[in-house]
Amino acid sequence: MGNPMKIRATAKDGVTEVKVLMSHEMETGFRKDSSGNPIPAWFIAEVTAKLDGKDVMKAQWGPSISKNPYLSFKIKGGAAGGKVAITWVDSKGDSRTDQATIA
Amino acid sequence: MTTNLRIAALSALLFAAPLPAFAAESAWGPGADDAAFEAMLKSGFREKGIVKLDRLKQDATQAFCSDPIKSNAKDAAKARAEIEAANLAAVKWPSDGKFLGDFKAGEKIAQSGRGLTSTDKADQVNGGNCYNCHQIDKAEISYGTIGPSLVGYGKLKGTSEEALKTTWARIWNSKSSNACSNMPRAGHMGILGEQQVKDLMALLLDPNSPVNK
Amino acid sequence: MTAHPRAGLATLLLVAAVSAGVARAESDATIEGIEKYREALRDGNPAELFEAQGEELWKKPAGPKSVSLETCDLGMGPGVVAGAYAHLPRYFADTDKVQDAESRILTCMATLQGVDVKKYVDARWTSPEKDELVALATYVSGQSKGVKVAASATHPKERAMFDLGKRMFYFQGGPHDFSCATCHGQEGARIRLQDLPNIPTQKGAAAGWTSWPAYRVSSGQMWSMQWRLADCFRQQRFPEPIYGSDVTVALSMFMAATANGATMDTPGIKR
Repeated sequence: MGNPMKIRATAKDGVTEVKVLMSHEMETGFRKDSSGNPIPAWFIAEVTAKLDGKDVMKAQWGPSISKNPYLSFKIKGGAAGGKVAITWVDSKGDSRTDQATIA
Repeated sequence: MTTNLRIAALSALLFAAPLPAFAAESAWGPGADDAAFEAMLKSGFREKGIVKLDRLKQDATQAFCSDPIKSNAKDAAKARAEIEAANLAAVKWPSDGKFLGDFKAGEKIAQSGRGLTSTDKADQVNGGNCYNCHQIDKAEISYGTIGPSLVGYGKLKGTSEEALKTTWARIWNSKSSNACSNMPRAGHMGILGEQQVKDLMALLLDPNSPVNK
Repeated sequence: MTAHPRAGLATLLLVAAVSAGVARAESDATIEGIEKYREALRDGNPAELFEAQGEELWKKPAGPKSVSLETCDLGMGPGVVAGAYAHLPRYFADTDKVQDAESRILTCMATLQGVDVKKYVDARWTSPEKDELVALATYVSGQSKGVKVAASATHPKERAMFDLGKRMFYFQGGPHDFSCATCHGQEGARIRLQDLPNIPTQKGAAAGWTSWPAYRVSSGQMWSMQWRLADCFRQQRFPEPIYGSDVTVALSMFMAATANGATMDTPGIKR
């Protein structure tokens, strides 16, 4: 289920800039806890962006991405009032989708 | 306007004096409201791990140096000299008369900042925290600047009896030569053992140490 | 597409470290580089996630009384959060105490929500209880972003707290003889490569006071000022300061009043 993302999307001259903050532990699998046991890997594996219901980006991620990752990208198209939806799926199969209105 | 400027210039001149937050300073240091301060200490801290509340009990040196205005005052020269003499008298010299250990072991001690915090264990080997404040081996580029650079220290001082003794006293008990030095009293307070101090001595003074290359 | 890959950070730190070693003259360029990096981070400061979480906690009915914190009086009247953090610590007549934001939030949790706050005070850092408190402080501090620091220190108790904080700042103890002033009492000094604000000056106090709570990129943790102070004391080899205790409020009062006139930039972001 995860915690909510923060998404900001602004359209200018036919290009929409999207900035997303995701709340995720992003465990690498290489760390150990205080009693020396390895902490299992747990990270966002796939990120999908939709503009007005249509896929515009898919990214495959791994454990080298930081905790609470920040992602920004630009989409050709989109206008104020449109919707940008971001979905992540993590290595445990958990997922979360949040949506923002383009300003 | 001019008055403000003058006040600003004055504060800039008095390097040690903090910019006053208020028009007038009130008494704040030791002696001001001791009861309130003691009560605050008592209600404000709790034991954690190896750290007990006795850490808040000051010795004479700590109490003296906790009052920067008094301890830095011109007329405090005698008091400072007394503090230095008492600390110097407490220096323990190497039991076998040998001052220099292994500079490679010394480098490791200088690098480590571990030990004696509430998250450290009692059986932990303490570090010297040296690089936190000093440049030592030029190859280490992550060094602090609270203390002076020690690059070339041994080349400068040599290994005369006097150089050995001065340096030993500084590491063992920094307050033996500077009453309110920012540097911990490594040997005196039991942070480092005799062998560790010898190794640090070698790091600084051994002609083969990278410090003197 | 840009993200925060760990490799990128490591490279940057390496570059920073190498430049610092080559020559001190180059350190300006290094600092500039780090500033640019910080700016990029500010654009996507994960502190916002904690701010959002704190806002939710603030507005959600909770505790035995099932009431939200929305009517909490942070010093500017019940329910006023905007600008409140910048005016704290201050004297509160109802508790007859000088309180910072975090100890005041505890008061509101106890009085409004009927929460047993002892559990929150005693809980260790990174516990769910402390996470809640940090998120709440982050939210409240964010509502003062861009507001000028104005800790009044005119009430006799505020004034006394300032003086106690100043005295605490210079108080040495423990096996290392450390006080706050050992590291934070001189201009332009650093520990390893970490710059240290000179807190008794307005500029130094402002650098510290206006940038916490802050998200720490290296640990991925959100730290409040109380947590910042607790870890300073840990490194000083002191016992643990109790959350919201007078010691912590006194030091905050000393910092805030010394920083008066500076602009809050909370929640901040640190390496």
